[in-house]
Amino acid sequence: MHGFANPARFLRIARWLTPLLFGLGLLLAGGALAWGLTQVPPDRLMGETVRILFIHVPSAWLGMAGWTTIAIASLVELVWRHPLAGIAARAAAVPGATFTAICLATGSIWARPTWGTWWVWDGRLTSFLVLLFLYFGYIALAGAAQKDAAGGAGGSRVIAIFGLVGAINIPIINRSVVWWNSLHQPPSITMGKSSIDATFLVPLLIAALGFSLLFGGVVLARMRTLLAEIQTEARLRRKAIA
Amino acid sequence: MSAIKPKHQRLVLLTIALVALIGAGLLAAWALRNQAAYFYVPADIVADPPEAGRAVRLGGMVEKGSIKTAPDGVTIDFVVEDGKARVPVRFRGITPDLFIEGSGVVAEGRMEPGGRFVADNLLAKHDENYVPREMAEMTKAQATATVAETR
Repeated sequence: MHGFANPARFLRIARWLTPLLFGLGLLLAGGALAWGLTQVPPDRLMGETVRILFIHVPSAWLGMAGWTTIAIASLVELVWRHPLAGIAARAAAVPGATFTAICLATGSIWARPTWGTWWVWDGRLTSFLVLLFLYFGYIALAGAAQKDAAGGAGGSRVIAIFGLVGAINIPIINRSVVWWNSLHQPPSITMGKSSIDATFLVPLLIAALGFSLLFGGVVLARMRTLLAEIQTEARLRRKAIA
Repeated sequence: MSAIKPKHQRLVLLTIALVALIGAGLLAAWALRNQAAYFYVPADIVADPPEAGRAVRLGGMVEKGSIKTAPDGVTIDFVVEDGKARVPVRFRGITPDLFIEGSGVVAEGRMEPGGRFVADNLLAKHDENYVPREMAEMTKAQATATVAETR
């Protein structure tokens, strides 16, 4: 792992990996969405609205994967003081928040025709809204720490601790439909078993893979930007002193 | 005796903190397990009936063959069951598309003194199964189940 600790080496790999992830991700996600939106037959009960599945479910997974990334990177930053970990955590926040917002919006649109309401305060929906607010808090905190350069490593540590503490919400989201009676249905895909018919499941998994690659591409691109910003700032400071 | 590496000390400290945090989260979730429920199932209502007139949500399955439309065309009567208990429900209004017999429903309303639940609002609950409409693409068992469900 410490082989990647060198930012120059990371940048060399990220330079060719970023466009690769974007290209493959666009291809897979676009293909799966086109397939899902036009070729897949309607669901027996929900009819045509089932097509929202192909955006809603991958966004939900990535919204949660985003915070999982933040938590793991924060742990690595706190324990091993890995120089890229904090940057990776910060880079995952905005794409994670975006997918969380997409999941909430598509879920709300889907709920209106199927359940008969835009929004309810059940366990799953509420805990997912909390995830969005956690992202907002994290982004604001990271922005404030960056501006306050004097905070230095101390500010960065506070963000990492927030990233770790916020991770408690992830298992709560996952279990919310099992622990509590909720309007949201229980999980369809559990430990290798799926109650989603293969006609829906195959495009769903391809879309999820495509969105994940796009997510990875955005994180790498943002990490490169953050590294460049840090370098510029360091150079400016050196010039100011000289 | 050699001192512990700071890296390992941080790892141990963080592990303890995380275990404590997860424990706290689980305890909180456990304490909330009744309060955070979105609805009561018929067994809860029968075991501990809420006082008449208090707003509650009742959730369960619409009993097969129980939906009856009154002569006025907009009032429906049906039974919500959870395998342990059954509660008769009356609702006036337009039902969501997914409101069908044998499927999940959440009714918002109140208990009447007679033991009947009067709903102001109905929410349909989707189950975790996604099956295409075309019978040709279903397995035999699924097709049989679907035919039985729509009957």
